[in-house]
Amino acid sequence: MAAISLQNIVKRYGHGAKANQVLHGISADIADGEFIVIVGPSGCGKSTLLRMVAGLEEVSEGQISIGGRVVNDVEPADRDIAMVFQNYALYPHMSVFDNMAYGLKIAKVPKAEIEQRVHKAAGILELEPFLQRTPRQLSGGQRQRVAMGRAIVRQPQAFLFDEPLSNLDAKLRAQTRLEIQKLHRELGVTSLFVTHDQVEAMTLAQRMIVMNAGRVEQMGTPEQVYGKPASSFVASFIGSPPMNLLSGQASGASFTIGGQTLALPAAAPRDGALVLGLRPEHCQISADGLWPLAVETVEMLGAERLVHGRLGGALFTVRIDATLVPPQLGQTVKLSAAPAQLHWFDNSTGQRVDA
Amino acid sequence: MVLGLLIVAFPLYLALIASTHTAQAIAQAPMPMLPGGHMLENYAAVLGGSGGSGASNAPVGRMMWVSLVTAMAITVGKIAVSLLSAFALVYFRFPLRGLVFWAIFVTLMLPVEVRIAPTYQVVADLGLLNSYAGLTVPLIASATATFLFRQFFLTVPDELVEAARMDGAGPMRFFFDILLPLSKTSIAALFVIQFIYGWNQYLWPLLATTSEDMYPVVVGIRRMMAGGDSGNQWNLVMATAVLAMLPPTLVVVLMQRWFVKGLVDTEK
Repeated sequence: MAAISLQNIVKRYGHGAKANQVLHGISADIADGEFIVIVGPSGCGKSTLLRMVAGLEEVSEGQISIGGRVVNDVEPADRDIAMVFQNYALYPHMSVFDNMAYGLKIAKVPKAEIEQRVHKAAGILELEPFLQRTPRQLSGGQRQRVAMGRAIVRQPQAFLFDEPLSNLDAKLRAQTRLEIQKLHRELGVTSLFVTHDQVEAMTLAQRMIVMNAGRVEQMGTPEQVYGKPASSFVASFIGSPPMNLLSGQASGASFTIGGQTLALPAAAPRDGALVLGLRPEHCQISADGLWPLAVETVEMLGAERLVHGRLGGALFTVRIDATLVPPQLGQTVKLSAAPAQLHWFDNSTGQRVDA
Repeated sequence: MVLGLLIVAFPLYLALIASTHTAQAIAQAPMPMLPGGHMLENYAAVLGGSGGSGASNAPVGRMMWVSLVTAMAITVGKIAVSLLSAFALVYFRFPLRGLVFWAIFVTLMLPVEVRIAPTYQVVADLGLLNSYAGLTVPLIASATATFLFRQFFLTVPDELVEAARMDGAGPMRFFFDILLPLSKTSIAALFVIQFIYGWNQYLWPLLATTSEDMYPVVVGIRRMMAGGDSGNQWNLVMATAVLAMLPPTLVVVLMQRWFVKGLVDTEK
């Protein structure tokens, strides 16, 4: 187990004027034993970052250290880490046992110890009955567990997960998520987990790194990221359905959007062009509400309903309990929200603005 | 369908029948259509080389051996060389890699016959005529096989390479532990094709050998026919032809199990 430290990591492909920079100075400190999720939309550089930690991509600038040792020029196998790939990358011609033992065999671990370690990992992952099968005889979930087993047997300083759940169906994904959590509790190994799925990020992370376009947008616990998004990007990316974002002009306790002036429950942090954010689950439909919402569609999700409509010309979604009577289509309802639930972002930079 | 089969099989049947008769029996006007009683005699004569009055009566046993050694050497050599060159082409970055690939690719377009004269010159100058090396080395380099393996390697997912790197496998370890087992179906297919190719080499051995004990069997058959009108002992020629057919058939039959296995568990 070890802490991982990233200092000002830059990645560019190509040279000179034609170089294409995909990571613009990423810094993060990951404590020993922490479970960190790197989340972001596709193409934001999160996988590249993970592959740089793994040693599969060269570092253009900056420094990566694992357990206090700078590993920029260390071969992947010598970094004392293990990686779980998205498509598992199991060796198709080897049995499950051999797949898990291969790294140890190369490291010239004594046979008896290989046996013991593989059986222990197989026990944890409930793979004992399948040790002599080849990967093609296993289901997706079992293959995924073999890939994790291959990582576990190496007893590494850190686990790297590259979207390991995205090839599983929804039910299995939820189940595997719990298993990964349990595994991390038992083994306590520093883990870096890359995903584009914000639900995975929220449920697994002790702390998460939200990335966008090669930059870190926010790093913090799921509560911090959800409760106090650092930018309008984070606000819209984390949470489902995403936060409503309305851009308009603030002036004291009123906000003008699309020619319509809304009264605010509390004054905006500053006057001028701002983006107002409000989560669908943080506003209510009530008779004494301040904002009129023209209802366009209502979605039934089981425990709750999503009411989609327009507020000052912009799309706006409200989540209400399914036990409440839903508004009629075409009806205009009044919305209310607690002052603490309003988020403000700068109109041009997208950065959070606090009072 | 049956007719087609008969058309294909008839010459084969004829060869088989002819190899069981005496030379006189075959020479008669309607050739006998049923097996005769001289099979063992003929084959023994052919293998031992006591063929009698033919133009050449070198022992076929020896020719078979020469053929086998050359075909095996060509096959194994070809597969080894092209596996390694494809490995280099796909997994290593070196200067002029693209150029090297195209150079190999272009040789696909040159038939052996085009370069046979310069090849002969080289082999003769090296003093390799009438030797196994002379028979095999010029035929070992194979653009086709290299190309085939390259295409196969390109379909191996990158993540497998990366997983092997994480496991600490160096390039050669990766090659032997992972790439080679994955290619075994392609290797089996190539083995069959190249073995038959090596076995049936005619033009090159004809040029590169002058002494009877270095004739492969295919050339041997040709030499057994006197070229004149009378002397051909067709029973012996046919017996030799049948013998010459056996090893490639055997290879196909044996490797077929591999094919089927490879087809059933397509794994990548």
